Amino acid sequence: MAIDDKTYDELREIAARYPQGRSGLLPMLHLVQSVEGKVTPEGIQVCAEILDISPAEVSGVATFYTMYKRRPVGDYHVGVCTNTLCAVMGGDLIFERLKEHLEVGNDETTPDGKVSLEHIECNAACDYAPVMMVNWEFMDNQTPESAVRLVDDLRAGNEVHSTRGPRLCTWREAERVLAGFPDDLADEGPSAGKASLAGVEIARTMGWTAPAGEASAPTGSTADTKVGAAEQADTARAESETKAEAGQAEEGKS
Amino acid sequence: MTDMLTPVLTANWGTDRSWTLEAYEAQGGYAALAKALKMKQDDVITAVKDSGLRGRGGAGFPTGLKWSFIPQDNPKPKYLVVNADESEPGTCKDIPLMMASPHTLVEGVIISSYAIRANHAFIYVRGEVLHVVRRLQAAVREAYAAGHLGKNIHGSGYDLDLVIHAGAGAYICGEETALLDSLEGRRGQPRLRPPFPAVAGLYASPTVINNVESIASVPSIIDKGADWFASMGTEKSKGYVIYSLSGHVKKPGQYEAPLGITLRELISLGGGMRQGHELKFWTPGGSSTPLLTAEHLDMPLDYEAVGAAGSMLGTRALQIFDETTCVVRAVLRWTEFYKHESCGKCTPCREGTWWLAQVLTRLEKGQGTEEDLDVLLDQCENILGRAFCALGDGATSPISSSIQHFRDEYLAHLTHGGCPFDPMTSTVFAQEGALA
Amino acid sequence: MTTTPEKTDLVTVTIDGIQVTVPKDTLVIRAAEQVGVQIPRFCDHPLLAPVGACRQCLVEIPDAGNGRGMPKPQASCTIPVAEGMVVNTQITSAVADKAQQGQMEFLLINHPLDCPVCDKGGECPLQNQAMSNGRGESRFSATGGVKRTFPKPINISAQILLDRERCIVCQRCTRFASEIAGDPFIALVERGAQQQIGIAPDAPFLSYFSGNTIQICPVGALTSADYRFRSRPFDLVSTPSVAEHDACGSAIRVDHRRGKVMRRLAGNDPEVNEEWITDKDRFAFLYARQADRLTHPLVRDIDKADGSRGELRPASWPEAFAVAARGLAAARHGTEGGGSGVGVLTGGRLIAEDAYAYSKFARVVLGTNDIDFRARPHSEEEAAFLAAEVVLRMPVTYTDLEQASTVVLAGFEPEDEAGSVFLRLRKATAHHGTRVVALAPYTSRGLKKLDGRLVPTSAGAERDALLALADDAETGLDATSVILVGERLATVPGALTAAADLARTTGARLAWIPRRAGDRGALETGCLPNLLPGGRPVSDAAARVDAATAWGVASVPDRAGRDADGIIAAVAAGELSGLVVGGVEIDDLPDPAAAREALAAAQFVVSLELRETEVTRAADVVFPVAPVTDKAGMFVTWEGRPRTFDAVFANPGSLPDLRILAGIAEESGTSLGFRTVDEARRQMNEVGPWDGDRAPATPEPKIKQRRLARNKFWLASWKQMLDNGVMLHGDSALLATARPAVARVPQATYDVLAGATHVTLTGDRGAITLPVEPADLPDDTVWVPANNSGDGVLADLASPGSAVTVKAVKA
Repeated sequence: MAIDDKTYDELREIAARYPQGRSGLLPMLHLVQSVEGKVTPEGIQVCAEILDISPAEVSGVATFYTMYKRRPVGDYHVGVCTNTLCAVMGGDLIFERLKEHLEVGNDETTPDGKVSLEHIECNAACDYAPVMMVNWEFMDNQTPESAVRLVDDLRAGNEVHSTRGPRLCTWREAERVLAGFPDDLADEGPSAGKASLAGVEIARTMGWTAPAGEASAPTGSTADTKVGAAEQADTARAESETKAEAGQAEEGKS
Repeated sequence: MTDMLTPVLTANWGTDRSWTLEAYEAQGGYAALAKALKMKQDDVITAVKDSGLRGRGGAGFPTGLKWSFIPQDNPKPKYLVVNADESEPGTCKDIPLMMASPHTLVEGVIISSYAIRANHAFIYVRGEVLHVVRRLQAAVREAYAAGHLGKNIHGSGYDLDLVIHAGAGAYICGEETALLDSLEGRRGQPRLRPPFPAVAGLYASPTVINNVESIASVPSIIDKGADWFASMGTEKSKGYVIYSLSGHVKKPGQYEAPLGITLRELISLGGGMRQGHELKFWTPGGSSTPLLTAEHLDMPLDYEAVGAAGSMLGTRALQIFDETTCVVRAVLRWTEFYKHESCGKCTPCREGTWWLAQVLTRLEKGQGTEEDLDVLLDQCENILGRAFCALGDGATSPISSSIQHFRDEYLAHLTHGGCPFDPMTSTVFAQEGALA
Repeated sequence: MTTTPEKTDLVTVTIDGIQVTVPKDTLVIRAAEQVGVQIPRFCDHPLLAPVGACRQCLVEIPDAGNGRGMPKPQASCTIPVAEGMVVNTQITSAVADKAQQGQMEFLLINHPLDCPVCDKGGECPLQNQAMSNGRGESRFSATGGVKRTFPKPINISAQILLDRERCIVCQRCTRFASEIAGDPFIALVERGAQQQIGIAPDAPFLSYFSGNTIQICPVGALTSADYRFRSRPFDLVSTPSVAEHDACGSAIRVDHRRGKVMRRLAGNDPEVNEEWITDKDRFAFLYARQADRLTHPLVRDIDKADGSRGELRPASWPEAFAVAARGLAAARHGTEGGGSGVGVLTGGRLIAEDAYAYSKFARVVLGTNDIDFRARPHSEEEAAFLAAEVVLRMPVTYTDLEQASTVVLAGFEPEDEAGSVFLRLRKATAHHGTRVVALAPYTSRGLKKLDGRLVPTSAGAERDALLALADDAETGLDATSVILVGERLATVPGALTAAADLARTTGARLAWIPRRAGDRGALETGCLPNLLPGGRPVSDAAARVDAATAWGVASVPDRAGRDADGIIAAVAAGELSGLVVGGVEIDDLPDPAAAREALAAAQFVVSLELRETEVTRAADVVFPVAPVTDKAGMFVTWEGRPRTFDAVFANPGSLPDLRILAGIAEESGTSLGFRTVDEARRQMNEVGPWDGDRAPATPEPKIKQRRLARNKFWLASWKQMLDNGVMLHGDSALLATARPAVARVPQATYDVLAGATHVTLTGDRGAITLPVEPADLPDDTVWVPANNSGDGVLADLASPGSAVTVKAVKA
């Protein structure tokens, strides 16, 4: 498959979303995957050309991120979380079972090209452990048996829904959405799963709420009177600088 | 006395089609925006400062103070970047927030951008959460259509463009300068600081980077007031936060409460530990925060108390493990995670995690020696505070803390000639089987 | 031009208990060097931006200058000094020492133990620092550690190999490639422990400066195809020298063993090339070892009976001197019915002392001003320009380029024609805000890397473009600007005059940058028909008397001589009967066919050469000359900066040109007054520079209106750095990294070619067929590299600036 004019235009369109075109590279590579089924040398070349950077620089980016594939994945890319919590809760056994059942190893695709298998790191759904992902849609609270049913359904072409999302699209369709070309599935699926609502449900039952707010008038400059806040801010700043001087990235790790 | 749980961000998660603009506005959404646009930008910053809101992404840096570092005399454009790359093991609060109520975040982005005079904002969301990306894309589309985004927002003369940017799989991009490099289309490797992002961030321009939950908290502060927000929480850790309970509890999930609730209270809300099991160890804020034990059940979960206990509040990712869990296996797996996610830039993290994983693998198989534990601790000493960014530090946390609390369990692997635990007993389906 | 820092620009810090005062912004790692403390480091390099990646240089900072200590050890390569700062390095701090030991241990766990077979062994920073700062036993293997392995070296270009196991990913190479050379064709790829240096598929690391990465690699990860496994550093003898491949005067270090150059490295000269050299300077030294190297004098026997020319045969030095002296004397005085006189073509590759010898030999022995070093298209206007504007002057230095607000390039492509100038311009544009404006036919890769502005200028239109710059507000030339003109401007009537006028009217400084190492020295020593040594104008009687006096002769010839074109025409026409030719390639000359005719027509030819050439084959006497390694000497940089160097090898059988000319002179009954480089240099200094009036600026020559016939294009061309030149012979790996020969045509023309992959260009000297690419050329201009195909465009196609046709070739 070659990158056609339409894809060229869409790649340019992605770059144009940003004040500086190179910011588009990650979504552009998602689009390349959507069209080519993986990151191809041609895709690297085209991105380099559009962004006026070297193919080596694109290559450096394409090989840094785990979602970029250098071998074709299945129509349904199945991830099993084997980070500690999910592994302990059963992810390890699910992964073993799927390898056996599909007769593939990690990062391999079934011969029919339908399903590929990968053990993945924490996907931010620990309250639904053990978690699987199919084409980056949540498949919560899995067991070895449910996992086998899931991949069998996928291979059989049965319609499968995410436990907290829509009916599953193909990996290539998913990659297109990640490139910033939305499909029409945003309104499918629930607002939240059961675990996400655990606290809200209890609060509702117990009648607990946040304190009543006085929808106050716009606040003026009150900082000067708040000596405590200022002190805290000063300390924090000093602390932050010291940490930063220490070359540490303390901020925003999540 | 404040209630034990105080749903603000989570309050609307259960409502019908909560992700839509219609549903969000039906319960007062975007009222804070209208109010903020009538305020002076500096007054918005002051309100956030006064509220005591501290960054919810792990470091706990005061948000309003961060905003005030943006040099407004700098002629370059200012940027707001939302860190939605939620990847710290155990952390699972931002993803459900964006899935259920993306408009809370979008409204927060608009108010925050207004305050720092940014005309361009980005939500950098990890790529592995497709439906969240969809909901964010849809919310932004709706917000543009409603005039909340774009040119001259509601006649205020203020312009803002917001781009949803999907990452591509790299834990390190949660580190804010690595995120910036990634957002610039580069390998997500941390940058040398100074210059700090507030001075030279995205495109070398003044940039604020905040966690999803921090920005999502802003509308409530503007709407209900700084004092209201500060009335919750403890002396230096103010406001409400989302606690994420996972693992061997009966009802894992998201619990929104004032800062300072204890783990005992949370576990109790979560229905207690699994039937017939007891707490062995837990993380207060993800795998990068040193492990704690049952000894710490009554400690207030705020920045100060957890820090005093030798760990960090982090992202309040409470991963709960009972006595069926092998701590060596748990730590090895985390170590493999850090090895996999090390960006490779600096020596101690790149080479150190490679080596740590080998030593731990050997120990887990019962093949090492007791001296290996000292080598492990010494390696951790050579990584902690020596690495380029906090990822390397994080990699040492589970190891050092687990050896501190569970040295005997490591040794048991050696005497046992392997792992003495049955991995089946710790699984959810073992429990189901037992109950059946 | 360093200025003494103001007091306020200085910062006093305490390192290991010793106070030191350094300029502000100095990094701690370098401040420590001031007190004699060497902090171990790998990623740090003084000419690259700090990254703090390897973490080897950790130090303790108990006081950051604000009374507060830094809680963790700091990478001293990223921390600037602050007033009152206290730094404790591994020498005084147990914490710093342990931190460094820890990093060293980490660096070594995955490093192979192949030092005994590694090229870097013996000069390896990792090896050295492991010895001084590392531990004896490996705890890694004690804990059962298994090393990371990669398949052994992979080619990242034809010349450079990468051994990923040895790499410690310090990023010096990738930083050099992107920051210094602007060729980011190597990059970090993969992640974490698998992170490595890599190229994109089918996109090798093709950079004119790639070899520098080998030199700055702190381990043996990068090696060259040429030098791999050839020798051990401790077997090598190093001799500093100056590169002979361009007019940059780059400092190099020649490493040799048993009379053979094994490799060349960049020397460190902050005023000239800093620590970088071109790949040509680094790798191209095998030309002197080719099989066609001349080893002894040759003379041609002439049949006494019929005067017919026999074969060249080996001869002794005395015989060859005698034959040459006799032949030249005869040619000088002429034969009945034939011409009289001898012309001298010296080429541009001579050391200044040799050039001086030719200059004096022409005047004193041959009695002529018919001498020219310009073995390339040239003009009378150029000779006048050089005499009036260039000789004896040093208006612009490398450092000045960094400080210039604007640099105009005219007839000059720095990346191809003067690599060190290019790198300095890149530094200027990247760090000092210098703007580059090029009057050039298209946006070359080099210009793009300089972020320069193209003033699209067809071949031959440079004069008009220069005139237009005078009132171009966008360019805004003033006293802070620099105009760099290349030798190619000589072929455009009025262009050099226009450049000089532009400099005068705007106050900008003007420098002339020739291509060859010996060009500027030849100018200074008078290898021109209008100049005597030291810038003495031939036209100036006082200057002639001064030269004659210095030389102890009655007079020097008073008539302006012929230039190279004139000499060749006169020999071909029988007006001149003899030629003395230094290192000149016929195909470099403005009209190779005419030169061949002249060579055939000449009565007597003396050739001084390194290797067999068309000239030596046609000559009557051939003298082998010493390559630069075998003699001391001096090159004068384009700036006008003399750069002396010593001989690498003491090779008594290898004679510099000046010794040979002295020998012929003596046989002719005249002494040049020197036989060695030292003696020649001493005499040059005694003669000294002319302190009288400079040759006046000459009025602009008559400009003929150019007319382009329908369907024709002006031919633009220059020599790429790596081409078919003789001094690149013998290095196949280097040549494999050359830019391919392609014809560049305007986009509109390219579109008309309808998918043709090749074009045939036809000019008045022939036709060449090359692959075709579009470029932002003016609609009436095409470009081809001057010497990457066949015998070069001058021989095969046409002279640049003339008209050619372009025809599509269907594959």
